[in-house]
Amino acid sequence: MNTSIRKVAAALGVLLAAVFINLNFVQVVKGSDYRNAPDNQRVLLNEYASPRGQIIVGGGTGTAIATSVSTNDELKYLREYPEGPLYAPVTGFYSITATPSPYLGTEGIEKYEDSVLSGSDSRLFGRRLADILTGRNPRGGSVELTVDAATQKAAYDAMKDSHGNLRRGAVVALDPTTGAILAAVSTPSYDPSRLSLHDPSKILDYYAALNSDRARPLQNRDFNQLYFPGSTFKIVVSAAAIKAGYTPSTQIPAPNGYIASTGENVSSCKGDVINCVENFGGEKCFDGTKATLAFAFAKSCNTAFAELAVDQLHGQAIADEAKLFGFDPDNQLDIPMGVANSTLGPSGDLLDNGKLAHISFGQQSVGMTPLQAAMMSAAVANNGTLMRPYLVDKELAPDLSVLKQTKSSVMSQVLTVSQDKLLSEMMQDVVTKSYGTGGSAALSGYTVGGKTGTADTGATSASGVQPDAWFTGFALQGNTPRIAVAVIIENAGTNGSEVTGGLAAAPVARKVMEAYLKAHP
Amino acid sequence: MTGAFAQLRTPTRRNAELLMLLFSVMIVIAAEAAVEAAHDGHLSAHLATYAAVPITIGVITHLVIRRVAPYADPLLLPIAVLLNGLGLVMIHRLDLGEQQQAKDAGTTFGAQAPTQVLWTVIGVGLFIALIVFIRDHRALQRYAYTLALIGLVFLLLPALLPARFSEVNGARIWIRLAGFSIQPGEFAKILLTIFGAAYLVAKRDVLSLAGRRIGFATKKRFVGFDLPRGRDFGPVLAAWLICIAVLVRGHDLGTSLLFFGLFIVLLYVTTERVSWVIIGVLLFAAGAYLSYQLFGTVQTRVAIWLHLFDTSSPATDPTHCLSPAYVHCSSGYQMRQSLFGLGTGGIFGTGLGGGHPELVPLPATDFIMSSFGEETGLFGVVGLLVLYALFVARGLAAALAVRDSFGKLFATGLSFLMALQLFVVVAGVTRLLPETGLTTPFLSYGGSSLLANWVLLALLLRVSDAARRPATTPPPPPVAAAEPVGVTA
Repeated sequence: MNTSIRKVAAALGVLLAAVFINLNFVQVVKGSDYRNAPDNQRVLLNEYASPRGQIIVGGGTGTAIATSVSTNDELKYLREYPEGPLYAPVTGFYSITATPSPYLGTEGIEKYEDSVLSGSDSRLFGRRLADILTGRNPRGGSVELTVDAATQKAAYDAMKDSHGNLRRGAVVALDPTTGAILAAVSTPSYDPSRLSLHDPSKILDYYAALNSDRARPLQNRDFNQLYFPGSTFKIVVSAAAIKAGYTPSTQIPAPNGYIASTGENVSSCKGDVINCVENFGGEKCFDGTKATLAFAFAKSCNTAFAELAVDQLHGQAIADEAKLFGFDPDNQLDIPMGVANSTLGPSGDLLDNGKLAHISFGQQSVGMTPLQAAMMSAAVANNGTLMRPYLVDKELAPDLSVLKQTKSSVMSQVLTVSQDKLLSEMMQDVVTKSYGTGGSAALSGYTVGGKTGTADTGATSASGVQPDAWFTGFALQGNTPRIAVAVIIENAGTNGSEVTGGLAAAPVARKVMEAYLKAHP
Repeated sequence: MTGAFAQLRTPTRRNAELLMLLFSVMIVIAAEAAVEAAHDGHLSAHLATYAAVPITIGVITHLVIRRVAPYADPLLLPIAVLLNGLGLVMIHRLDLGEQQQAKDAGTTFGAQAPTQVLWTVIGVGLFIALIVFIRDHRALQRYAYTLALIGLVFLLLPALLPARFSEVNGARIWIRLAGFSIQPGEFAKILLTIFGAAYLVAKRDVLSLAGRRIGFATKKRFVGFDLPRGRDFGPVLAAWLICIAVLVRGHDLGTSLLFFGLFIVLLYVTTERVSWVIIGVLLFAAGAYLSYQLFGTVQTRVAIWLHLFDTSSPATDPTHCLSPAYVHCSSGYQMRQSLFGLGTGGIFGTGLGGGHPELVPLPATDFIMSSFGEETGLFGVVGLLVLYALFVARGLAAALAVRDSFGKLFATGLSFLMALQLFVVVAGVTRLLPETGLTTPFLSYGGSSLLANWVLLALLLRVSDAARRPATTPPPPPVAAAEPVGVTA
């Protein structure tokens, strides 16, 4: 009998081996497949099992704009955004990340600072271990933003029209001396709390409604939307001109019409909108033949800048200067969210006189984010030194000790200090001079400079689509740069009137600067 | 006295058993502490309860064994105490998880761990009674036919009773009366092992020698195998028919497989004829094919097994399972959750109390192995498998060492039962085989299963005591003298 008992034992050994091999297959080989399977809720449950860190706004108030509250349902913590849509472009949202596909995942700071907020960051490992050993619930770290609460609120409110409805557009404010982003508003916005619920069907309903809204509330205009810069691009062309030896008082040709392909000045374009450049709405610049650079800038004469760009500066000089300001197709800004690259369009456009003429006043294929617009003013305000923009001031451990403090850094020097002073004065003229287009940005007690833009959106005037209204500017206190602001309001200009862009956008910029300077005198 | 010298030469290994029991208790306490630390963040008074169970049952059973079965194998009891204790910890841990689920869903929930403690106590009581009163396993031979009759009644009763007394989750294998539910099949398998071993020992010569040879003879040797006589097929066919009957009425794939496997192995060990194994496998294959053709339950389980992740199959379409309420939607859900748990656990597991094994329906009974897989990882499950392998190995060692044929056959049968049941369970929850719905010995929640396993342990310890007892020590008197002692095979 013993022989057959041994054979039975051997057979059982084979069964054990089969089970062992299969367990290895299930738990190791297929392990990650099973872990990430669509209907495996375990990863999701774990993600929501401990409180996520807060997102805090700066400015010393320490207000939490994203916070986790404990719930009674299976996902133990719910992400809430007490300020609703105000900070949505910054915080993003924290949605159920388990697939299937229509689920949204995370956006904004929630996505880019996830390792700190969730507590999975390697710098938090020691603390996490301590939490487990001492029996405390593991918590995520917090992220303190550079955004200033008063400025952000003022910017959001300023985007409302006289009826209290939000206009479509964006506001970005920077501290010119550091690059800290003081405000980032994109309107209309959405309520991130409603995308961060625990009920997938409610999330999907709200998401579908947002997605079908023609005002595109989900679009983060501050950082991800490229607009035609319109006349605000003349800041770049002027900087290139100053570098080439021009001064604000240099006389440049300023005809009523300019045909770039032949270099011909004409008194009127007579409806030739393809080859012939004229001033916005066919206006006369100074005397219809020439003007100083400062006057052409303040009055925003297209013909003067087209002729300056095509006949004198040429495409390469403008592209080089634009790159210093941040128009760089090769290097993406990382704030830490990715920012769309502002661009001059295809490089071939710079060699084509007709196209270069249109580039000189920010049309053709030039694309610029509102953040880029603010960076232009910030560089001019800060003696020509462009600081790298950033949104996260500090990463904090759960006990609020600082894990990382962002150090401001220089991104480029757009002009020398003395050259920059000239450009700064030109921008101040836009606000102070009677012929300037940005008078409504003026703020008593501070030196305000800026540049307006009324950018055709690509559709012809005849289609009835109104141009976008731009203002980008800065406020100096004495000689100290305090704040740089860019405002765009979509379709808020009036066809045929350059001054309308400034009329719509400059008051918004003034309110933002005022709020910041009042809160931080 | 020669007996005194013999005892000196043959160590009883009882102190080794005590040391092993200490290890078992420490592991159980550590596991419960891990569960409480993960769930509450601190240790609670529960820890004392869950420590007291293995300590109490360990100490009491150890003292009883010292007294009545001093030469019993020293590893079997510590393994059983460890498995029983770990099972209890896991059931408690699953209670905590299901409590949370019930709270979230606003439903009520009944804790299973306190009941399991009660069953453990009853199981140990039964163990003590058996090991005290049955002083020689050979005594059981005399009651073989009576025990077989009781076993058959146990086995067939649920299938004959109306469904409202016997059906739980689609399987009619229960007797439910006055709030109690027992699964008599769990006891039947031990009773029928006794009968099988006794019957086969008696018929051994006929079964192994008589019969025709099928094959051809060359000059040197015979190629082929011996075919048993037709009338010797009788009992085999009867066993097969009983298994099929259980399957038909009870929808219980697992038990049926277990019985048939057991009977074939007993036949093979008795006769040492491979032909029985071949016949058995063919009969089982035919039975399995027939039952697949005839019964929806079997078809569903096979469909789930084959098409678990095939969304086009109605049995396993996961889109029913997207509701955030985590409703147990289609029948493949349980199997998928089992694999997800095992996969999420990976190599080292999420830590006891750190995973979500309660997401698998019936996590404490049929799927307790995937609960361990999720929270203790591959290492934990393989550790458990090694414990079972040791248990079975010690059982088979007793079978090899014991001097009587009945003892050999009986111990082999009990060990094999344990091993096959474990294989079917683990292969089921890891999708090596279709899931059959058997409990995991000692670990799973469930009174009948736990009691039956303590009974099995008592009988196995009794055989091992006889096996390791020095030959010169006279066996305890009364029954043994009446019985002819089998010659060592």
